[in-house]
Amino acid sequence: MSAIQTPAARELPPARPRWQVIVIRPETMTLVLLILALFGASLLSPYFLDVGYILRSFTLSAEFAIVALVLTMVIIAGEIDLSPAANMALSACLFAFAQQAGVPMPLAIAIGLFAGLVMGAINGFMVIRLQIPSIIVTIGTLTLYRGLAQVIAGDKSIRVPDWFIGINTVLIAGIPLTVLIFIVMSVILGVVLSMTIFGRQIYQIGTNEVAARHAGIRSQRIKMSLFLLMGLVSAVAGLMTASRLGSVRYDLGLGGELQMVLMAMLGGTYIFGGRGTILGTFLAAWLLVIVSTGMTVANVLPAVQLVVLGVLLIVSIIATNFIYSRTQR
Amino acid sequence: MTDTTPLISARGISKHFAAIEVLRDVDLDLQRGEIHALLGENGAGKSTFAKILAGVHRPSRGTLTLNGEPVEILNPIVAQKLGITLIHQEPISFPDLSVAENLVLGRGDGGWFARVPWAEMTRNARALMDLLGVRIDVTRPMRGLSIADQQMVEIARALASDSRLIIMDEPTAPLTPKEVETLFGIARRLRDEGRTIVFISHRLEEVRALCDRVTIFRDGNKIATDTIGNLTDADIIRLMIGRPLKEFRHKARAQIGDVALKVEGLTLPGVFHDISFEVRKGEIVGLGGLVGAGRTDVARAIFGVAPATSGTVTVAGKRVSITEPAQAIDLGLAFVPEDRAAAGIFRTLSVEENISAAVPKQVAPAGFIQRAVEKALAQESVRKLSIKLASLRQPIGELSGGNQQKAILARWLLTDPSVLILDEPTRGIDIGVKAEFYDMIGDLAASGRAILLISSELPELLALCDRILVMSEGRLTADIARADATQETIMSAAVPRTARAGVAA
Repeated sequence: MSAIQTPAARELPPARPRWQVIVIRPETMTLVLLILALFGASLLSPYFLDVGYILRSFTLSAEFAIVALVLTMVIIAGEIDLSPAANMALSACLFAFAQQAGVPMPLAIAIGLFAGLVMGAINGFMVIRLQIPSIIVTIGTLTLYRGLAQVIAGDKSIRVPDWFIGINTVLIAGIPLTVLIFIVMSVILGVVLSMTIFGRQIYQIGTNEVAARHAGIRSQRIKMSLFLLMGLVSAVAGLMTASRLGSVRYDLGLGGELQMVLMAMLGGTYIFGGRGTILGTFLAAWLLVIVSTGMTVANVLPAVQLVVLGVLLIVSIIATNFIYSRTQR
Repeated sequence: MTDTTPLISARGISKHFAAIEVLRDVDLDLQRGEIHALLGENGAGKSTFAKILAGVHRPSRGTLTLNGEPVEILNPIVAQKLGITLIHQEPISFPDLSVAENLVLGRGDGGWFARVPWAEMTRNARALMDLLGVRIDVTRPMRGLSIADQQMVEIARALASDSRLIIMDEPTAPLTPKEVETLFGIARRLRDEGRTIVFISHRLEEVRALCDRVTIFRDGNKIATDTIGNLTDADIIRLMIGRPLKEFRHKARAQIGDVALKVEGLTLPGVFHDISFEVRKGEIVGLGGLVGAGRTDVARAIFGVAPATSGTVTVAGKRVSITEPAQAIDLGLAFVPEDRAAAGIFRTLSVEENISAAVPKQVAPAGFIQRAVEKALAQESVRKLSIKLASLRQPIGELSGGNQQKAILARWLLTDPSVLILDEPTRGIDIGVKAEFYDMIGDLAASGRAILLISSELPELLALCDRILVMSEGRLTADIARADATQETIMSAAVPRTARAGVAA
């Protein structure tokens, strides 16, 4: 009735060749786009062949880029934080308000940083203790923090002391200080994420939080520390922005959360968590700066620039999803 | 009965997923008015074949004829129109819709904006339930129903679309014996009406009680089809595994030592009550009972995943309070959870990383991961447990279920636990690998570890355990010594004594 065959041993699918593992990943796409963007931009304007010009352009986005590095870790852990730009504004406003009211500068700076930490703690508390989805929490606090900044600062600019101004013009070995901070942060966080147990556990939580808890990983503690770090780094970025602009208004960094998310996504961070690298976000930050500066040099209307960034974001998300679905089951 | 054309004839059905052939040239005829069992190990191809009949998968090669006419079953909707219904083990339904609404799902009569004929729908639903002889209020949402009742609703759905072929994929696993009897009664009536029923099960005694013919699958091939009366249990097992099954080795009795884990009066209201027991070093204690009796919840409470609200846990003579798994691990406890995909593996991460997940201090004494140490640990585990893989760096999701489970066990062995809680460790694993697991569990006990083994498979409990605890409806109902343990003593303690509300009469 039926041919009885000796069943062949079920063969395992072969492992992917090593070169594929290394090459086929979202960061490669970011790198290729970066090279293309550099090439295209240098056709538009010879300025783009000048490293100094690119570095100066980068100072305009460096604060967002720094926060985007931490945001990358938050997203890999399976959460999101949309409040950092508002956090930057509120901590900068508190700092500026305090020093204007006569508080000594070191204390005013400490107030700004502490405020950022508290804002991160509020986000973390609601996400981790009250179990509210982080996207809802941080949309709420994004509005709240920005609103508080406006309450404190009104709609006027608060000046900061002259000596505090111009962190972006301080050059160390020809590199603006803010850019240098970004590069150093990238290296540190890159090492933390890829080489330490803390980093490893961030990926594990983002991949499967239930399994992580069962394996004895203290996921709540790790997530809380990420939200705290996010708050603190946002405040630092807020003060850096205040220094660059020379004054603080409630609308400092307005809309910055989208640029940060864009950098993370463009760098191949997976929006559902568990995948992504600091290297990707690092490359994406440069890509974004070159694309937007390039468009400005080419006299592309701001509205059209926005369209291009939107398209870039969508394309990057699709490409990332595609690559992950093809290479990992 | 005069018409002898089979209801469905399958010829040369093959199916592959990617490069892996899961079904090879299957020829099978299903007659009208028969209950036909599909048997085989996990992964033998029986479920794939059933899903091809139901339009869930499309065959890579081969033809199907229905009543002598060639048909192409493109998708489940086509299958339903042809009169083929697949009843899932865990019924797929819309829990917030009423029973009556669930009954008419997928039957898009009328347009998008057609009026919903509520009264008629309810009337028809009641009629169907009466036909089946089950008392379910059809206006209630599905959410509150027992699994047995949800299955009845699925069967009613099959009747509503006048299905001629009803496929039941392991329907009895979550049911109590009484519910199983009800289900069988209905299945027999449907057969007597001339419908065909395909019954997929692992339980030979059920197949024997219910089915007319059996077809046995092994490694994607159809091995044999015969009338149930012509085959002995030993024949069936031999055909299923292709070799005589060596008797499960009654493990060498380990030296039983001090109490390693003691639980007293553990209670989580509404889930389990007043649970007390102890497990000694070298002892394998079974925890049996029906699905939903609260066994997994007790394990989760001990391990700190969802702690109990009262009661005490004592580990190695010391009273402890465990509120999260990390503490349990520090105390030398390990827990292999039942749901591997949800609570065990990190699907997209490497095998290596999955194996080392619970021992960060071993792979990174100073916080920085020592790749060489990790690799050595993982390689050693792979060798010891003979895990089959292509590379340590491949995502664990690419491994077979049995090898994933071995990797999870390997993870816990690295923590060198003194108490090991195994929750359905062999679920979804081929018989061959199962035997390896049994040997491993025996060896682990022999090396002085205390083992709490939760299992729904009675032969597994009987073969491995020194003592068997039984839970029913959140309470411990028996503590049976190995000498007194039989399938009957375990089952009689597992079956709830008070009829639950909502259980099919």
